[in-house]
This record gives sequence, structure tokens and C-alpha cells, in this order.
Amino acid sequence: MKLRRIAIAPIFLMFAQSAMAGVLPEDRADLLYHRYEGGGVKIDGPSLLIRKKVGNSVSFVGNYYVDMVSSASIDVVTTASPYTEERTQWSLGMDYLRGNTTISANYISSNESDFDATTYSISISQDMFGDLTTLSLSYALGDDVVGRSDDPTFVRDNTRQHYGIGLTQIFTRNLITSIKVETITDEGYLNNPYRSVRYLDPVSAIGYSYEPELYPSTRTTTAVGLRARYYLPYRAAVQGEYRFFTDTWGVDANTAAISYIHPWRDWTFEVKYRWHNQDGAHFYRDIFARSEATNFRGRDKELSALTSNSLRLKVSYSFLKDGWNFVDKGTVNFSIDMLSVDYDEFSDLTTGAVLGSEPLYTLDANVIQFFVSFWY
Amino acid sequence: MTIGLEYAWSMKMKIGLSARLVLPLVLLGGLSGCGSIEPWVKPYERDRLADPIMLFDADPVSSAYIQHVYEAREGARGGEGSAGGGCGCN
Repeated sequence: MKLRRIAIAPIFLMFAQSAMAGVLPEDRADLLYHRYEGGGVKIDGPSLLIRKKVGNSVSFVGNYYVDMVSSASIDVVTTASPYTEERTQWSLGMDYLRGNTTISANYISSNESDFDATTYSISISQDMFGDLTTLSLSYALGDDVVGRSDDPTFVRDNTRQHYGIGLTQIFTRNLITSIKVETITDEGYLNNPYRSVRYLDPVSAIGYSYEPELYPSTRTTTAVGLRARYYLPYRAAVQGEYRFFTDTWGVDANTAAISYIHPWRDWTFEVKYRWHNQDGAHFYRDIFARSEATNFRGRDKELSALTSNSLRLKVSYSFLKDGWNFVDKGTVNFSIDMLSVDYDEFSDLTTGAVLGSEPLYTLDANVIQFFVSFWY
Repeated sequence: MTIGLEYAWSMKMKIGLSARLVLPLVLLGGLSGCGSIEPWVKPYERDRLADPIMLFDADPVSSAYIQHVYEAREGARGGEGSAGGGCGCN
């Protein structure tokens, strides 16, 4: 058996940036090596992005991404066996610029042995008020197929719909802000087919037993995010962010972050601190009172009440500033995010402690990124 | 009578759906016509805003990746600058 792992489908961010109306995104190529390690899980791999304008009105972008997974997470070691897996994702997108309006369309396909995801998206953005304001609307439709590696006959569907509206506003020569409202609906098979919940069982030697998770078949989430970036009196910038999240599963969350960006000669340094706090889902329990105690049951620690803190350190170096051949400029970048998650209602069952005295679980992970970017 | 009410409800749903699809586009079109407002930050005052350090997302590939790490490790999603795509990430 194996459980789900960190996957990545960050395409909307790349394409959302492209939907800033008035100017098409710059032609560029990025080659990234990413690595997540912590909690018994290691996921690394490449991500390649290439963007190129065709004429003055159209820009194409493609991305190829791979996750190579080696997982012995706390969920895996307590109810299954460590495993390795590979996930591949590719995407294509197009931006069309007409006047101050940009229309973007994108296609994403993700494949792994027990999960396939396909996403179609479209967005439109409009510059106005002398390019001080940009309004954007987005919609995406996702179609996921969930399987089991140990049962070829197990096939379940999940449909996602994303609705987004965003506004970017320049207030002064030093201040730019944005607000984004995003609603996502899921319908279908929403839980992990491998994950189990535990319940009190007096006949069990350890005092509890396991049974499969059972999630609601729908979920609607709404997030409102605010960002503001300010140019300081010297050449540097500071950014503040806040995001409020709520959903139909009872997960209410607040997220805040502050960043400082400081360039020095050909170098740019960035420090970011992020804090996130959430309530648990109403059907989540660390341990249930009995088998099938509630209509819906879950023990995915990501749905537990939790608090996460992360600190990012990033350094970039600009080279080829005078260009070389067809390349206009390049950067080499390295960043590390040190993530720590404290769970309020998820016990660490690997310590061997007796039922009722298990310590709460804490996850510490490092996320490393090394990438080279070229503009041409 | 019942059939009439069902027809009315069906028409209301269709109109409501059409309004949800058309209204945002009308909003975009209407706002784009507001060109009479003078931009208070003149073009010659936007040098700092054009500085790469003022970009919300200077490196989309990197930003999107770390955003999805957060969405995989936490129960919240969206609103932080990225709209996630397909994810079997739990």
C-alpha cells in the first residue's frame, strides 16, 4: 500500500502572472531543481518552463515537471509500507493580448500510477485607469481520476471548478497592492483510498483499530488574499500578505507573511517569514469513539487543527547582464524554506507510547530550490 | 400548476446561470470604458514600480512550487497568488 504524497500543480500561478493585461510576459526559460525533505518523505525532481512570444500579440508557455517520491511518512509507516513513485506533469498555455486586454488559456495534465488529473483554465484581465488598475477573472475545470495501485478495478472520479477574481492596484509610486478572491468546488471521491482512521477497540491489544476514511463527496472553499509591496526609501522592498480561508468542511484558516527583498550589486537577497493557523475539519478526529462513529471520518493530518511556521532564505545572482548571443540576461537562484508544523490533534503513533499518552506530532521539513533563468 | 412552477424555477436557474456568466464580462467591459480618470501616478514616476524587486512574482516557477507545497501540507488553498491545479496531494 502507499499513500498520497506531496504533488505539485502550480501552473495557475505561472499563468496568472501572464494574465497581467497590457504587456505580454517576457520570453524566458527556467530550469529548476526542487527538493522537499522531512517527516520521512523525500520528493525531488526537475521543472522546466519555456515561454516564447509569437508576433506581438501571442505568447506560448510550456512546462514539464517531475516528482520523484520516496515516502516513509508517519501515515505510511503506521498503516502501510514505504514506497517510491514518480509523477509527471506537463502543461501548455497561450496568452493573447489585444489592447489592454489579455486572454489566457491553459491545459495541464498530471499522471502517476494511481492518480490522473487534467485541468483546463481560462482567464481574462483588463488594464484600466492609466494602467494603475488590473482586473482579472479566471475559471478552471479539473477532472481527476483516483485509483489504487493494488486494485486495478478501483476507479473514482473527482471534478473541480475554480473561480477567481483579482484586482491589482498601484496606489503610489512606491506601493502596489492586490486582492484575490478564489472559490474552488470539488465533487466526487475526495479522500485518500489508502488512508485509515483509528477508533477505540477494546478487543485490540493496542486499544484501537483502523478502518477506511470516508469523506463528504463535496467541498467548497473560499479564500481571500491581500498583498502589498512597498519600495523603501533606499533600493529595497518589503511585502506583507494576509489570507483568510473558509470551507464547508469547517476548516477556517488565517495566513500571514512578511518579506524583505534587498538587492546589492548583482545579488538579490530575500527573507520571508510565514505563519499559518487553521481549525480542523468537522469530521476529523485523531481517534474515534467506535467503528463508524460518524457519517464522515478522516484522519489526514493536513485537516487537523494546526499551526505552521516557515522561514525562507533566498539568494539570486544576475549574470550575462550585457547579454550573450540570443540571451539578454540570466539569473541563478537558490532558496531554502524551513517549514515546521505543529498539529493540535494528530498523535505520533511511532513512539510506542500507550493509548492516551501518545505525544502530538510535529513535522519539520526543508524545501530547497535551485534554478537558473534566462531571458531572450 | 406544478408544471408551471417547475418551468418558472427552471427558467430562473437558467437566467441566474446566464447572469453569473455574463455579468463579470459586462463588468469588465464597463470598467474598461472608465478612461476619463487621470492616472495619479504619472508614467515618469513609475521607475520604482518597474524595478524587478517590485514584482509580486518574479519567478513564477519557484513561487508556484512552494505554494503547492503549502497547499499539500495544510488544509487551506487558494488566495495566495496561485490557483492550484490537479492534486492528489494528501
